[in-house]
Amino acid sequence: MAMEPAFFKKNAREALKDQILRKNFRGAMDFLRLKRSAMFPDPEYFEELSAYGESIKQKALLQLPDLLQQLEHNCQRNGIQVWWAEDATEANQHILRIINENNGNKVVKGKSMVSEETGLNDFLLGQNIECIETDMGEYIVQQSGEHPSHIIMPAIHKNVQQIASLFKKIMPDTAYTEDVDTLIRMARDEMRDHFFHADVGITGVNFAVASTGTLCLVENEGNGRMSTTVPRVHIAMMGIEKVVADLSDIPYLLELLTKSATGQAISTYFNMISSPRKKDETDGPEQVHLVLVDNGRSQAYADKELRTTLQCIRCGACMNHCPVYTRIGGHAYGTVYPGPIGKIISPHLLGLESTKDLPTASSLCGACEEVCPVKIPIPKILHRLRVEANKAPGAAPVMRGQGSSRTKTEVRIWQIWSYTCVHPRLYHVVSRLIAVFGFLVPLLKSPWKINRAMPVPATKSFMSQYVRKKP
Amino acid sequence: MSIPIKIYPPKPAKVYLYVTCLVNHFSPNTGMDALAMLEREGIEVIVITEQTCCGQPAYNAGFIEQSMQVAQSQIALFPLPIPIVILSGSCGGMMRKHYPTLLVNHPTVQAFSQRLYEFSEFLLHVCQVKLHDQGTTTNITLHTSCSGRREMGIHNTGMKLLSQLKQVTVVEHEYSQECCGFGGTFSVKQAEISAAMVEDKSIHLSRSNCDSFVSTDWGCLLNINGALQYQKSSLRGEHLATFLNKRVSNTEKAQ
Repeated sequence: MAMEPAFFKKNAREALKDQILRKNFRGAMDFLRLKRSAMFPDPEYFEELSAYGESIKQKALLQLPDLLQQLEHNCQRNGIQVWWAEDATEANQHILRIINENNGNKVVKGKSMVSEETGLNDFLLGQNIECIETDMGEYIVQQSGEHPSHIIMPAIHKNVQQIASLFKKIMPDTAYTEDVDTLIRMARDEMRDHFFHADVGITGVNFAVASTGTLCLVENEGNGRMSTTVPRVHIAMMGIEKVVADLSDIPYLLELLTKSATGQAISTYFNMISSPRKKDETDGPEQVHLVLVDNGRSQAYADKELRTTLQCIRCGACMNHCPVYTRIGGHAYGTVYPGPIGKIISPHLLGLESTKDLPTASSLCGACEEVCPVKIPIPKILHRLRVEANKAPGAAPVMRGQGSSRTKTEVRIWQIWSYTCVHPRLYHVVSRLIAVFGFLVPLLKSPWKINRAMPVPATKSFMSQYVRKKP
Repeated sequence: MSIPIKIYPPKPAKVYLYVTCLVNHFSPNTGMDALAMLEREGIEVIVITEQTCCGQPAYNAGFIEQSMQVAQSQIALFPLPIPIVILSGSCGGMMRKHYPTLLVNHPTVQAFSQRLYEFSEFLLHVCQVKLHDQGTTTNITLHTSCSGRREMGIHNTGMKLLSQLKQVTVVEHEYSQECCGFGGTFSVKQAEISAAMVEDKSIHLSRSNCDSFVSTDWGCLLNINGALQYQKSSLRGEHLATFLNKRVSNTEKAQ
């Protein structure tokens, strides 16, 4: 499968034929949905909490430039070095420079989706810097030469047998086992050494607190804490939308995140990083760096409606509840972020030219919006992106690649349709034609017929049967 | 996504009926049955024969201008300040939720959207209907359209109406909240994904072992019935209006 959103339709077709993949996703999504719903037994509580989460993120976005400067200032005061990156290249260059300045050649990574955006692993490999993923799911996809298929559970597309075979291949001296605890132990034993010999640890950031200069990192495996404390240098990467105003915002967002993502009341680890190792401290990194990444987010920020996309706290609940994602899995999207959130954020990261099919891959059923812990109106944004993708040339510029879907044929179809609908007499002539020639409908060539019989119109429409005087 | 709380008016003397283009062309009986159900409540039903389509197809495809023209033309057809009863949660969602943002500066769009009710919602909350079941024992399951459920907040109304029928057992099918895969242009633009979704939906409905299923939307019904027909299954879905009218008017026994 090509990791390119332009191949979405082809990828989706392939994925739909893969029965193992579909079974893996359906099972995993069912499990995650159940776990989440057990955490929110009272819909009113969820409603209130998510409304508050939404307000925290909206408030933060309203003052985003100020908060980012505050964050920079307070991080620097704490001894954290801050770097700004407008795009993927700049972000990678900052990281390379920091590694080189520290004569590093080995990196351990906690989980970071932003680093997937910038293609950091391949970039560092090209510079002869070894880069080991230490989150179990990320480790599995890295070892099998793949990319994450889910933002929270990167290897969710694989079942135990597939992982067991992979481990046997990469660790030939070990015995084949399908016992999950043993498999995890095997990977952890491998990682242990990497932690102790790495020069640099790179992680993401879940929330950054502007008023205190604190970086918050949510994780379950302890690899985040190892990556941020054992190597001499810690580099944290974050998208600029992760900043919030105050520490008092964090408990609400954290509760929303862990309950929505994995159905946990709280994660096993919650790291709050506020400075490098101080003089009298016995552990922690000597340097902490923060790389602030824009990479297309400013485009979404500039539009009031599209800006809601940036409220996202990356819990993945929208994918877990999406009937499309559940069937095609994460790789088919060909983007770093799959599923509903991927469909609305990727057009900003990559432009609509290559991502124009993504917003159409939704029945607008609204399951994603229903569970979003920060109330992003995803169907509304999908609709908006369809409008942008079909905009006429010469319209005011809002997005890179706007108008990419627009074809003369489709414009013509909707013009004729609209003309017919606003002219009732013409509409009734068409209605009559449909009634008379409706029996021919099943002969039409249509993708509808893949697994559906074509509907046959009634020989007498309702209106023609309805004989009554108007008031 | 919070759906604003709706205050329901007392039962009116007159209503408009918006049958939708799908009912008009594919299931005229649904329109007739809805008409009968409303008249049974002593309501005079006005059908404006110039009504065409709510504008949703172009709207969902991203063609705002074309859908605006259609939306404006429909609003103009319903000038009296009486409720408009619509036979679809999806078209209802379009007219109630999306018209006000589509036609921001339209002078009467707010009033229009606020007097719009989906059929089952209207029967239950405005008519406060009491149904007397005349039919024989049967098992059915209910598929609520996603727009009905999430844009109109009417997922309970169909169920509450059905629960008034003494001889009818309503069985919940697996994944009952999951989309059937119709989604208008989605079913053509992303046909394979849509096909996979309706295949699953038809399996889940079949596994409920019910005699039939009902829905409040002909979009879903065309999709699901099409899949069932393709699979040569005998199960079919019908509109809630048709099912209710059959149950209360004793036509089943007469047959």
